[in-house]
Amino acid sequence: METGRYTAAGPDAWRREPTGAMRVPIIIYADREQLRAMDDKVDEQLEHVAGLPGIVNAAYAMPDAHWGYGFPIGGVAAFDADAGGVVSAGGVGFDISCGVRTMLTGVHADEIRSRQRLLADRLAREIPAGVGSRGFLHLKPRELDEMLAGGARWAVGRGYGVKRDLERIEERGCMAGAEPEWVSERAKKRQQDEVGTLGSGNHYLEVQEVVEIFAADAARAFGLRCGDAVVTLHCGSRGLGHQIGTEFLREMATAAGRHGIVLPDRELACVPVQSETGRRYLGAMAAAVNCALANRQVLTHLVRGVFAELLPAAEPDLLYDVSHNTCKKETHLVDGHERQLHVHRKGATRSFGPKHSSLPPELHDHGQPVLIGGTMGTSSYILAGLGGPVERAFSSACHGAGRTMSRRQACKRWRGRAVMDELERRGIIVRGASFKGLAEEAPGAYKDIDGVVAAAETAGLARRVARVTPLICIKG
Amino acid sequence: MKFVGTGSTSGLPPSDTRPEGNSWEHFHHEADVGIRGWGATPAAAFAAAAEAMMAVILAAPHRVEPRETATISCRAADLELLFYDWLNDLLWEMDTGGRVYRRFEVTIAENREGFSLTAVIVGEPLDRRRHRPVVEVKGATFTALAVRGRDDGSWLAQCVVDV
Repeated sequence: METGRYTAAGPDAWRREPTGAMRVPIIIYADREQLRAMDDKVDEQLEHVAGLPGIVNAAYAMPDAHWGYGFPIGGVAAFDADAGGVVSAGGVGFDISCGVRTMLTGVHADEIRSRQRLLADRLAREIPAGVGSRGFLHLKPRELDEMLAGGARWAVGRGYGVKRDLERIEERGCMAGAEPEWVSERAKKRQQDEVGTLGSGNHYLEVQEVVEIFAADAARAFGLRCGDAVVTLHCGSRGLGHQIGTEFLREMATAAGRHGIVLPDRELACVPVQSETGRRYLGAMAAAVNCALANRQVLTHLVRGVFAELLPAAEPDLLYDVSHNTCKKETHLVDGHERQLHVHRKGATRSFGPKHSSLPPELHDHGQPVLIGGTMGTSSYILAGLGGPVERAFSSACHGAGRTMSRRQACKRWRGRAVMDELERRGIIVRGASFKGLAEEAPGAYKDIDGVVAAAETAGLARRVARVTPLICIKG
Repeated sequence: MKFVGTGSTSGLPPSDTRPEGNSWEHFHHEADVGIRGWGATPAAAFAAAAEAMMAVILAAPHRVEPRETATISCRAADLELLFYDWLNDLLWEMDTGGRVYRRFEVTIAENREGFSLTAVIVGEPLDRRRHRPVVEVKGATFTALAVRGRDDGSWLAQCVVDV
């Protein structure tokens, strides 16, 4: 990226003053090298976001930001509905409420190693993954509407989990404002057999080992000890979310002009929050968030089933569940005044600090767990939201490593079988539905996650609590 | 009504390197994949782009047998939106039907409201072993979306797909 227009604005923070149609500045959290390595498209897309009506404070990017759809992936922007603020389907993305869930197992990684191959094979068999996979549930229209209204609460009510799980999910497992009737029949049809499926691409299920603790106090509160095994899921709202994103992106692209919004990029399609389309989108999007939460809850049920059979000593218990493609109505302090804002996080994780009212009592003093997914060959991280007197990017942090190489480039460079064999030599058992898919997801195609997380900490977005490395990886 | 043309694909073997005679290719996007098709008419370019998308989803799209047909119809104010709808409707058919497709017989007509597309798509149920699926496409996007005539009189249709 051409960095000449950016000036240092704090540790690992960079600011570009508004020019032209920009209403607010751009703030990027990254170290100098990460900033330089970002695609010029990130700057261009942030410039466009900074010009949208009703934007508050700044258009933000996280250290893992890269070229996205209208918004950069790793982008955060908040809008004030009372000031003509907008909601953007592109600012949420096609995989609505894609997110990460980590479970504590209560067993040592050595116990996993003793049955590693068996566990990998059984998980690969039980977890529906990859193109065209179907879940064990077939939902009738009424059940689908109940799922869209209830989220993980619906799943727990059906016996796929326990009430305690809900305390460890954003929105307590059910996002308010969901309007199943605003979800199209086509979107519902796409989902009727897809609840409890992992998906493909960068989605995964991993069994991981806690290998490093950075903050003993928070680690204790989170239940993390060195050597412990944890299970982490990365997936989203499946076909339903994709369809809602597709339909509303198109509708907003044609409706924006009617609201006097000039789109520099059609992908930035947006409408006022207080418009009919805006309200319908928010209701449908909240239903898709619930779909993602239900999906991860049903997958959790499947994971528990496998562990109960093979490692009965393990009791997978939720650490936390975060979504990183969302638009949520939140209260934030802006220039000393509380304001209700619609915060878009596209490839960015909410990171509420200690004492936030949404946190369960046992996490109250330590901040929200922020789960950062790595690749199948590198570390992942568990961070904690920081809070503090100066809120950064409306309490947001990074979400993953971010690609540095296209899928096509990765395929030319690596072979899936070789990637799998190399990882196995390093003690990581990988099971994937496709060798080509494994090549596309080769660890080398991603940015250095250690650097991304270090920059997030230096910039004050979140603090490191623990680092985990994979033992088993199931890819779609 | 102005006739815009028809086009279909022959199911040539896929290749990222685009051997002579192939009518589609993939192009670079940092996180995802760009698909591009071309042909004598917009309809032929749409059909070729669909083939490019199948080659993102499957490692062996040439092994899809033409056993069943389905139809897709959509309409839009301009050719670019029509292309967006075409690919997304095709994804919906594949996702809900558990099917994959190889041949795309596309007809596009222009009328007072814009453009309408009808297509007969030919394929079969997904067979993981034979078709070797790689990755789901979540949606065709507006990124790098273009449908335009080229200097030689042929047409090009392209966009980035989110995987």
